[in-house]
Amino acid sequence: MVKMVSELVQYRDLLYMLTWRDIKIRYKQSVMGFLWAILMPTLIVGSGILVRFAFSMNSGQPLSMADIASVSLKSLPWAFFVSATRFSTNSLLGNQNLVTKIYFPREVFPLAAVLASLFDFVIASGVVVAFLVYAKVGVSVQLLWLPLLLLLLIFFTAGLGMFLACANLFYRDVKYLVDVFVTFGIFFTPVFYDARMLGKWAPFVLINPIGTILEAMNDVVVFHRSPDFAWLAYAVGWAVLGFLGSWKIFSSAEASFAESI
Amino acid sequence: MSEVAVEFDHVWKKFRRGEIHDSLRDLIPSLGRALFAKNKQKELQQQEFWAIQDVSFQIPRGKAMGVIGPNGAGKSTILKLLSGILRPNSGKATVRGRISAVIEVGAGFHPDLTGRENIYLNATILGMKRGEIDRKFDEIVAFSGIGDFIDTPVKRYSSGMYARLGFSVAAHVDPEVLLVDEVLSVGDMRFQERCLQKMHSIVESGTTVIFISHNLAAINTLCPNSIFLAHGQIQRMGPSEEVIQVYIGSVQDDDQVVAKDAPIWGIKLVDEKGEALNRLHPGGQGFLRFKLRSDLSLKDYLLGLIIQRASDGLTVCDYNLPLDSVSASPKPADGLQCTLRFDANLLRGAYTAQLHLYHFPSAKHLIRIRNAAFFSVEETISWDGVAHLSPVLTFGDNGQ
Repeated sequence: MVKMVSELVQYRDLLYMLTWRDIKIRYKQSVMGFLWAILMPTLIVGSGILVRFAFSMNSGQPLSMADIASVSLKSLPWAFFVSATRFSTNSLLGNQNLVTKIYFPREVFPLAAVLASLFDFVIASGVVVAFLVYAKVGVSVQLLWLPLLLLLLIFFTAGLGMFLACANLFYRDVKYLVDVFVTFGIFFTPVFYDARMLGKWAPFVLINPIGTILEAMNDVVVFHRSPDFAWLAYAVGWAVLGFLGSWKIFSSAEASFAESI
Repeated sequence: MSEVAVEFDHVWKKFRRGEIHDSLRDLIPSLGRALFAKNKQKELQQQEFWAIQDVSFQIPRGKAMGVIGPNGAGKSTILKLLSGILRPNSGKATVRGRISAVIEVGAGFHPDLTGRENIYLNATILGMKRGEIDRKFDEIVAFSGIGDFIDTPVKRYSSGMYARLGFSVAAHVDPEVLLVDEVLSVGDMRFQERCLQKMHSIVESGTTVIFISHNLAAINTLCPNSIFLAHGQIQRMGPSEEVIQVYIGSVQDDDQVVAKDAPIWGIKLVDEKGEALNRLHPGGQGFLRFKLRSDLSLKDYLLGLIIQRASDGLTVCDYNLPLDSVSASPKPADGLQCTLRFDANLLRGAYTAQLHLYHFPSAKHLIRIRNAAFFSVEETISWDGVAHLSPVLTFGDNGQ
C-alpha cells in the first residue's frame, strides 16, 4: 500500500496534466464553455424544485425557502457523483492508446477523471453558495463538518470510479449499466426529498452511502445540526474501505490491462 | 564491464488468439472455467501461443542493443515487457534507472490540443517534470521544425508533422534507459537523417538504449550488439554485423524457393572450380550459375544483376545484361545453363545478389529473385567503404 501511494506521489505531475487535459478538452470547441459545469446541476435543481412543489401542493404546506435550499445543496454533490462516475468508468477505454503504449500507474486515469469533475463541482458550487447566502440559511459551527463530508464524497466516488473503470475494461457493457444506474439512482437517493419524509423507511435510502452523505450535508448546512453519528460512521466505512478495496482490485488487475483491453 | 542496466531473465509471455469474453454475459462461464481448470502459468490453453519463449539477455549500462527480426517476432512485446505495460508469465524483466519507452511516436497526443499543449502533455506522460519541459521547450520545437504551427491543434497537422513532433518530444526526455520501437521511419529524408544523428548523440551521451528497427544500417552503426528474434525466440545474439548477416541469411532461406517452371532456377554461387562459394576476397571472382528457360524469345529480355550490401541495403551495382547473343544457341529442354562471372572488387562485409529477368516490350519483370545468393567478402586492408580500388603506395619520383 505504501508503495502504491509513493508511486502515485511520484506521478503527481502526470495526474495534474491528465486532469488539466480532461478539463481543457471538455471546454474546447464547445458552444457553452464553462456554462456546462452549471447546466446539469441547474437542471437537477429545477426538477427537484418542481417535485418539491408537487409535494407541497399535495400536503397543503407551502414550499419553504429551506426546502429549496436543501434541494439545491444536494443536487450539486449528486451531479458531481454522476459525472465523475460516468467519466471515470470510461477513463481506461477512452485512453486505450496510452494504456497499450506507455507505462505509468493506471490509477491516474480514473483519478484524473474524478478530479476533472471536481473542477466542475467547484465552479457550480460558487453559484449554489451565492444562492444559499441569498436564501439566508446562515452559518454555524456545524459547517466545520463540511470538509469531512466532501472528502467522504470524493473518496467514495474515486473508489467506485476505479472499480468501474477496471470492470469496464474487461466487460464493455459495464458502461451501459452505469448509465442506467445513475439515471434512476436519483430516485433511490434523497436528492429531491429528505430521508426523514420516509419515516421509519428512512434507512432504506440511507443504506446508499451517497444518500447518507447528502443527508449529513443537508443537516449541517441547512438545519445547523450535527449529522447522525451512526450513519456518518457507516459512510466513513464505505468511503475508506471502498476506496482501499477498489484500489487493491485495480492494482492487481492492472497487470493484464494492456492485453485485455 | 560495468553494471547491468537491463536484464531479461528467462522470460516467457503468452498471448491469445481469437476473441476473449468482454461482456458481462460471458463472465459466468469464464469464472466457471477458471475455477475448474486451474490456469497454469507455463502451460498453453487452447488458442494460446508463446509470444516470447525463454528469452534472456543483459545490457550493460551505457550500451546500445539492437533488436531485429521479421514482423510478429516479438520485438515490440519485449519493449512492452521491459516498460511494464505487459508482465511476463514467467521469468523476470528488470530495468535499473529512469526508463522511457517510445513504442509509438505521438501516442498520447490529443487531437484537440495544440502542439504546445501536447508537448507538455506528452513529455509528462513520458516522465519529464514541468521545469524540465519549460527548459527544453524551445529545443523540442526547433528540432521538430513545426515553427508557427505550434499553437494549432494537432488534428490539423499533416501526418509527417505529427510524427516529427512526437519524435522530438521523445528524443528530449533524457532517460537513463531508452526503449525505442521503429521511430526512424517517420518524416522526410532530412528529418530521418536528423533523427539518426539525434539517436547517435543519445547513445554517445551514455544512455542505455534498446533499439528496434528494420533499418539494418542504422542498427549496424548505432548498436555494437544486436539480437535477432524470430518466433519469440532469440536466434542469434552478438556483434551487430554478424547478427544482421544471420538475419539476412534466414530471409534468403525463406525466399529462394523458386518453382519448377520458373524462368530462372537452380541458382548457385561457385568458384572457378565449380565448388560452392560463400566467402570471397577482393580481386577474386564469383560465378553465379543458374538455369534459364530456353523457350523464351530471349532477345526481348534483359538479365538483371543487383548486388547489395546486407548491412544496410546499399546497392553496390545494378546491371542489365542483354540476352540477344544467346538466341542462336541450341535450346535444351531442361533449360539453358548460364554462368554469370563477376569481380568481387568489394570491401569487407556481407552482400546479397539479386537476379531478375526484364521483358522490355511490356516493361515488366518476368521474375525477380531477391536473395539469389549471399556471400561475404573478407579482407584486412581497408577501414570502411564499399569498393576495392586496389590502392598501391609507391615512393620516389616515378611512382606509377
